[in-house]
Amino acid sequence: MAMTSDTPSSSFRLSMLIYDTRYRSITIQIVFLFLITMGFWWLVDNTLVNLAEKGKDIDFSFLGARAGYDINQRLVDYSSDSIHATAWLVGLLNTIVLAVVACISATVIGVIAGVLRLSNNWIVSKLMSIYVEMFRNVPLLLWIIVFFAVLTEVTPAPNAFRGENPTASMLFGDAVAITNRGTYLPAPLFDRSLGQIDIGVAHLSSNYLVILAVIIGSIMGYRALQRRATVVQEATGLRPTTWWKSALILIAPIVVVLMAMGFHLEYATLQGFNFSGGGYIRNSYIAMWLALTFYTGAFIAENVRAGILAISSGQSEAAFALGLRPNRTMNLVILPQALRVIIPPLISQYLNITKNTSLALAVGYMDLRATLGGITLNQTGRELECMMLLMLTYLVLSLMISGAMNIYNNSVKLKER
Amino acid sequence: MKKTVFIGAMTAAATLVAGAASASVLDEVKARGELNCGVSTGVNGFSAPDSAGEWQGFDVAVCRAVAAAVLGDPKKVKFVTTTGQTRFTALSSGEIDMLARNTTWTFSRDTDLKFTFAGVNYYDGQGFMINKSMGVSSVKELDGATVCIQTGTTTELNLADYFKANNMKYEPVPIETNAEAQQQYLAGACDVYTTDASGLAATRATFADPENHILLPEIISKEPLGPLVAHGDDQWADIVRWTMNALVAAEELGITSANIEELSKGTENPEINRMLGSSDDDLGGMIGLEKTWAKQAIMAGGNYGEIFATNIGESTPIGLARGLNALWTQGGLQYAPPFR
Amino acid sequence: MSDTHSNTAAYVRDTMLPQKAPPSSQVGAVRWVRENLFSGPLNTTLTVLGVLAVYYLVANMGPWLRNSIWNANSLSECREILAGASGACWGVIKDRWHQLLFGFYPQDAYWRPVLTFVLMIVAAAPILFEQVPRKLLWFSAIFPGVAFFILWGGSVWFPVFVMMGFVVGYAAYIALQRVSGLVATIGALAVPVIWWVFLAGPIGDLFATIIPIELPHIASDEFGGFMISIIIGVTGIALSLPLGILLALGRQSDMPLVKWICVGFIEFIRGVPLITLLFTASLLLNYFLPPGTSFDIVLRVIIMVTLFAAAYMAEVVRGGFAALPRGQYEAADSLGLDYWKAQRLILLPQALKISIPGIVNTFIGLFKDTTLVVFIGILDPIGLSTAIRADSDWNGLFWELYAFIALCFFIFCYGMSRYSQYLEGKLKTDHR
Repeated sequence: MAMTSDTPSSSFRLSMLIYDTRYRSITIQIVFLFLITMGFWWLVDNTLVNLAEKGKDIDFSFLGARAGYDINQRLVDYSSDSIHATAWLVGLLNTIVLAVVACISATVIGVIAGVLRLSNNWIVSKLMSIYVEMFRNVPLLLWIIVFFAVLTEVTPAPNAFRGENPTASMLFGDAVAITNRGTYLPAPLFDRSLGQIDIGVAHLSSNYLVILAVIIGSIMGYRALQRRATVVQEATGLRPTTWWKSALILIAPIVVVLMAMGFHLEYATLQGFNFSGGGYIRNSYIAMWLALTFYTGAFIAENVRAGILAISSGQSEAAFALGLRPNRTMNLVILPQALRVIIPPLISQYLNITKNTSLALAVGYMDLRATLGGITLNQTGRELECMMLLMLTYLVLSLMISGAMNIYNNSVKLKER
Repeated sequence: MKKTVFIGAMTAAATLVAGAASASVLDEVKARGELNCGVSTGVNGFSAPDSAGEWQGFDVAVCRAVAAAVLGDPKKVKFVTTTGQTRFTALSSGEIDMLARNTTWTFSRDTDLKFTFAGVNYYDGQGFMINKSMGVSSVKELDGATVCIQTGTTTELNLADYFKANNMKYEPVPIETNAEAQQQYLAGACDVYTTDASGLAATRATFADPENHILLPEIISKEPLGPLVAHGDDQWADIVRWTMNALVAAEELGITSANIEELSKGTENPEINRMLGSSDDDLGGMIGLEKTWAKQAIMAGGNYGEIFATNIGESTPIGLARGLNALWTQGGLQYAPPFR
Repeated sequence: MSDTHSNTAAYVRDTMLPQKAPPSSQVGAVRWVRENLFSGPLNTTLTVLGVLAVYYLVANMGPWLRNSIWNANSLSECREILAGASGACWGVIKDRWHQLLFGFYPQDAYWRPVLTFVLMIVAAAPILFEQVPRKLLWFSAIFPGVAFFILWGGSVWFPVFVMMGFVVGYAAYIALQRVSGLVATIGALAVPVIWWVFLAGPIGDLFATIIPIELPHIASDEFGGFMISIIIGVTGIALSLPLGILLALGRQSDMPLVKWICVGFIEFIRGVPLITLLFTASLLLNYFLPPGTSFDIVLRVIIMVTLFAAAYMAEVVRGGFAALPRGQYEAADSLGLDYWKAQRLILLPQALKISIPGIVNTFIGLFKDTTLVVFIGILDPIGLSTAIRADSDWNGLFWELYAFIALCFFIFCYGMSRYSQYLEGKLKTDHR
């Protein structure tokens, strides 16, 4: 120790860069950085030379050019006159809508299947095993194609609803029509609409904004009521009756607002070639959603099962000893503890869903990959720029998801001292 | 553990690599002894592998003719399957020497994407197929219809333009492959299926009930389909172009795979002699090929008419009429410049 | 104490009653059914639902499977035989099974992929099963060269001399170690590279002319079907293992620069879908390499798949390292081992052993993901199904092809996942 501190800097020799542990790590890092930079530069240089040779350049101005193609499912205004950048946004929103909905449903399916697989019921546990193994061991792409084929072949065509003696009929009193093009649902309509707010790329309906605001207000009012009731209870020992007040606070405002805006449902009716009016969920979306849900659900089921099995059997024995019934044991004792084991793999499953939405082109769902990475790339011939934007977009999406989920994970983690 | 295969293959690849930038495509193909030809992953009648793994079809025949002209053997083709998305990159990167894949000759592809179209081997147009029971007789009645389209083609742009021009609405269902689109259409998931009219006819031919489906009379676009090569090697473009012309000229001059041996011994017609290399003119030498290049090309699969008849003609299940693709002498557009 | 019970009570039984059989609801099948299927309202509902689901499936699939037709040469023939009834047309599998398995590989050479597959199992056995003699590991080491030779053909000397590069590198390391450790390391890396670039080719050619041992060359564009899936999957995993270990070590490193570059690489690869990487392989890789370089699409795909798998592998191996007790690191340090010795002799063997189930799972995932190559025009099983459907004979048929492909994938992946479960069970040491 004395040696190292006493070594004067003048006696520094070159070989110390390698043999002295104080400097070695710096040497290695510099060499490493040098090699990486060289490698990276080599790639960039090659790319520039190749581009120059083909007479191409790196130019993102194509994003502002007219796209020229139509997209069926669009959450913001888009037509064939819109620009490629808007097509990119439409694709991105389609990806997000698919990923979010599939994450939620896959979690539900996965938890149910994982718990049922441990059930005492022989038939149910075997069926769940078959489900999990079937979906885990066959490629997702095949499942997507199969679900799409099933939807196309099994459900009736809109034509079947036509004529005097239709072979198919709508469900729930003419409200829902399941066809092989998609499912038609009633859509909410407002007689006295409040108009729309333009935020540049998209129009937001002020109706929904108002409804959202009212719902949030109601919930906040309800929580305030509950808090006051708790205060009263702690002060007097008696909890005031709140159920009719909370019911009123929760339900009345929204009903009043809906009536004021003239809310009613628009049913889809068969007109011309298709059903028109109402809401419409395309089969490409449903097929992707089902395939992602069941495929990822099988993986989540395995994570859930592993999480539950990881909880020491002493925990469930203790719960039984306290007289808790099996389902209460599961809900109150096992699952809360298992959650800590389940969440980290769950995060990577959510990431997988997001990335797997990129297979949507197999069934013609116009996601990010199909718009920016598909038709736009194809029509403009700008593969380098399109692929860079595409990767960047997916990367940002993934980082956002894993960031958000990690924050949640930290909040449920066992706080150890 | 597997590193050696990787490095081994890498070295093997490196030794196979010829400087694409410097050497001409012709020299490369000759050195390689094989023509790399890009085809689609499967379009009935145009390119599909049979049960023996041999590629068959109208586009495939073009590849074989070029291989025969250059290398003297129609079997010396390596078929590289490309999707709508990867085809142009494969061609511009030199991975394939030529692309014969139902590709429409357009301005931007010729200029902006920097390709040379070697001619048109099939004059096509975008058509619509619909079930008879819908009672539709014109595209103009399709307002509000659900339309199946193959993505990655000019089709979706034509469709958008046409419906916009006629102020009609439609619901596009983009599908990646012809097989999927056919399945969707047959199940009634879309009212109309639109793609090149030849593709529609080929698809309809395989239905269980082809008589119940009609092609609407309107053809909304011009789709001249032909083989293409990358910019920058005019000699190679000439070879592909004149191989195609030789096939067409052969039909016009009555040269078939049956009588070609006899005709190549010498005939009264000097043009036939020039083409088949039985006169003193060495046309092959002018484009860097053997004297009998055209003979070899024609022997690969017959003349244009024979290729058409065996792959997509009226006697095949696809049953396409010659129509625009008849020779100019019979009212069509197929016309070969003189071999002189 | 004589006043026993027998004297006070009026009647005492002095013989035991014969044991009665348990009530009928508590034995055999009935008890099992009661306990397992109908133990409560929820359970009963689930049972009924389960039975209904099974019945529904059988009722719908039954007739289709019962009317299976194997002897038909085209879909129209099938339709004629069926005469309107619903039935599976397995004739397509009979006609095209060899394409789905081997792609366009020459039919008279099918023994080559089959032999390679068998050898692959032999080569994998010593890694996967402890009972197999350790000496077989030598075969695992030379297997890549053997597989390359059998599958692609050509001269036997080419793979032999490429494999020799490793021997040369090792020899250089031993020879130079006397000079200094650093020189030896540099030598061990540089000598094989020189060998491969300058010597292996000419010497291989020389031997090929003197002692020609060769198989007919088969180009990789003739590969397809499950063969290409297995080749991409197995090569990707095998190549990504060393890369993944390096990345995992880099991620754990104390050197911030190395650590952050490794983290950046891993997170980038894990953050983008595989399909974008495949598109990069297909559309962009040629841009990144020196002008004029253009090599086989299969090789390009293997490169990208390897990078992809390496990021996942790094995370698996990192998990293995994390599971090692702290004491192992400290013990290695206290023995005075340097970093690489500690890793090589103590930490890596243990970490890798723990990681094997994870590696197998990554492999299953990668194997399934190889189906994505269909998007860049490589004819894997799904791509071939499209090509087969483009043939006039089989146009319009899909369930049979999907069912066959799904079954093949299922058998392969299920077998692997059973193995990984077996291994997890064996590695689990806590007794509960």
